[in-house]
Amino acid sequence: MAKIKLSDKKLQELKDVCKSFNNEKGELINVLHKAQSIFGYLPAEVQEVIAKELNASVAHVYGVVTFYSFFTMIPKGQHPISICLGTACYVRGAEKVLEEFRRQLKIQVGETTADGKFSLSCLRCVGACGLAPVVMVGEKVYGRVSPDGVQDILSEYNN
Amino acid sequence: MNMVKLIIDGKHVEVPENTTLLKAAKTVGIDIPTLCYFELKDMNIENRPGGCRVCVVEVRGRRNLAPACNTMVAEGMEVFTHNIRVLNARRTVLELILSDHPAECLTCSKNGNCELQSMAQQLGVREIPYAGEQSKYRKDTSPAIIRDVDKCIMCRRCEMMCNDVQTVGALSAVNRGFMAVVAPAFEMNLEKSTCTYCGQCVSVCPTGALTEVDHSRNVINSLADPAKTVVVQTAPAVRAALGEEFGLEPGTLVTGKMVAALRRLGFDYVFDTDFAADLTIMEEGSELLDRLTRYLKGDKEVKLPILTSCCPGWVNFFEHNFPEMLDIPSTAKSPQQMFGPVAKEYFAKKLGIDRKNMIVVSIMPCLAKKYECQREEFKVNGDPDVNYSLSTRELAHLIKQSNIDFNALPEEDFDNPLGASTGAAVIFGATGGVIEAACRTAYELYTGKKLEKVDFTELRGLENIRHATLDFDGLPINIGIAHGLGNARKLLEDIRAGKSQFHAIEIMACPGGCIGGGGQPYHHGNSEIIKQRSAAIYREDSGKPIRKSHENPFIQELYREFLGKPLGEKSHHLLHTHYFDKSVGDFIEE
Ligand code: SF4
Ligand code: SF4
Ligand code: SF4
Ligand code: FES
Repeated sequence: MAKIKLSDKKLQELKDVCKSFNNEKGELINVLHKAQSIFGYLPAEVQEVIAKELNASVAHVYGVVTFYSFFTMIPKGQHPISICLGTACYVRGAEKVLEEFRRQLKIQVGETTADGKFSLSCLRCVGACGLAPVVMVGEKVYGRVSPDGVQDILSEYNN
Repeated sequence: MNMVKLIIDGKHVEVPENTTLLKAAKTVGIDIPTLCYFELKDMNIENRPGGCRVCVVEVRGRRNLAPACNTMVAEGMEVFTHNIRVLNARRTVLELILSDHPAECLTCSKNGNCELQSMAQQLGVREIPYAGEQSKYRKDTSPAIIRDVDKCIMCRRCEMMCNDVQTVGALSAVNRGFMAVVAPAFEMNLEKSTCTYCGQCVSVCPTGALTEVDHSRNVINSLADPAKTVVVQTAPAVRAALGEEFGLEPGTLVTGKMVAALRRLGFDYVFDTDFAADLTIMEEGSELLDRLTRYLKGDKEVKLPILTSCCPGWVNFFEHNFPEMLDIPSTAKSPQQMFGPVAKEYFAKKLGIDRKNMIVVSIMPCLAKKYECQREEFKVNGDPDVNYSLSTRELAHLIKQSNIDFNALPEEDFDNPLGASTGAAVIFGATGGVIEAACRTAYELYTGKKLEKVDFTELRGLENIRHATLDFDGLPINIGIAHGLGNARKLLEDIRAGKSQFHAIEIMACPGGCIGGGGQPYHHGNSEIIKQRSAAIYREDSGKPIRKSHENPFIQELYREFLGKPLGEKSHHLLHTHYFDKSVGDFIEE
């Protein structure tokens, strides 16, 4: 496992988060949520700090991180791609769109391409049902996406 | 206590409230099968995740079947433990577990001792109808323990032992669903974790998912090598448990038969770790007295309490968790590691052979000793003081493999000079024994008087943390004892906070001490077995003609001929060690 260095500032921020929950072991899930919003993901180093601050074992922290699907240990890509799988999108073929992204990027949901450019995740309804199926790349929303349109979306970012 | 009346399989039962159906049924002779459930009665150890559902029963009026291990009795309840619905459900549950389990029983090291295997036998499973994809993981081999988690059934007993009892936290349930497994953080190897190799997870794992690293082949090879003089040492707790592997009642002492078996296996010299335990007392006891007298004279540098250091599981624990307190434990090596240099630097010279041509094997109730004997500081130019450490279980296998009818063996005596020992040494095997042995010697050395009553019964027992004040001729000595690392942690935290009132503390990593060690025959949760072993240890002690370490004539001779005096230069060099800070970089490679 490659070592990443947490900047002093981020480290302090993380410790403050733990402190805001009184360094209580029982608050682990809440602490992890906050930590993930700071770092975008939960690398081993972050989990070790949290374990230490909450006086929990690293194995336990890792156990919780791997149990809940909303926690991830993989950094998001430069352009995180989210595909809405809410009812409306699903009915209009979002799964086929997801399938096409997976095929083209050669990664699974929750993973990041080797060059760190794209990552893939699923969303529950983003509230743009009129545009279903909806795909987001970063902050940008694409509507009525079909499997054929996937190539075009990716090429926007591929130069 | 409020009593509750209920009916189980037509039998009227009356038990205190907050009793589980499992225990209530037991009172009327109904044995409901269990798998994840685990208990060591009277030792505060229980695993009750209610996960496997093998123990399901029907409760009249409830729609779903209930797990008996995790359901409390209620007034008027009517329970069925073996009607057709229950039997079918139980079988389905087991078949599902088996469908994700490799059917490798023939070659599994747990063959014959596996609780999953006996459950399949008990329920008469003859085929596994749900054969499908099986989860696959890589095998993880550490210096003492092998994790073969394809065989894990997620009972989480090991997690309970490692976290709740030992407070080590090396293992945790990770992932979910099909991929769920118990593993170290980041699913790294155990060797990279804070594991102490106490082996308590191994001793409770129902399947072959956690087992010891087996060194018996190396020992067989050494025995077959005519160029090698092979010396064996046996730890105190082994003689009180080995008989169980040969169908003898728990608590049967098999010291003489064990010696005979080792001789028949071909060891050139059958010696006793107890000899080294007497030596440990000389060194550790002297260190205690030295620190105590300096302290009484007002020396502010002196660290008290002194902590025993003969348990390598415990040593690993404080190296990982209390790095700022490395100067508090005694520097005395464990008996296993004292025996090594005495054999290779003293006895080998007496025989006129090179230490490289001597192989020292130890038989231990312990898995941490496998790691300990590989530590770099216990080697001379790459040659380990102790070459191989086998568990009690491995010795039993070796004896069986060699066509030795153990129960028909005569009783034989250890060889001299490293086979002679006192009663003080044998009680090393039970919690409280080391400190009792140390006090027998320290008392006489300190007061210059003869100790009339050698039994310090106030130091014995199975309570988690015990303390007693002994009277050293007017000087009160406060002794603390902890077994199980969670209990040790409590005493250590008191010391860190400056609250400890003790002069000396004994710590053993395993619940019960070495008699409950990770290398002992499997007790399958029967704490009576551990109690019987303990009784056997104290029986052996009271039957010994000499019961104080400093009166062992061969120990006296060793000091005269070779070592000089306790804590002397030679002792310091050969019998003492130092500790390392292992608190950082457990998972992240630099
Ligand atoms: S050997 Fe002891 S410390 Fe290591 S994982 Fe097992 S229970 Fe935990
Ligand atoms: S490794 Fe053994 S003790 Fe641990 S959960 Fe798996 S089967 Fe149970
Ligand atoms: S208590 Fe005994 S068996 Fe357990 S780790 Fe310590 S020395 Fe080994
Ligand atoms: S033994 Fe009761 S649920 Fe496993």
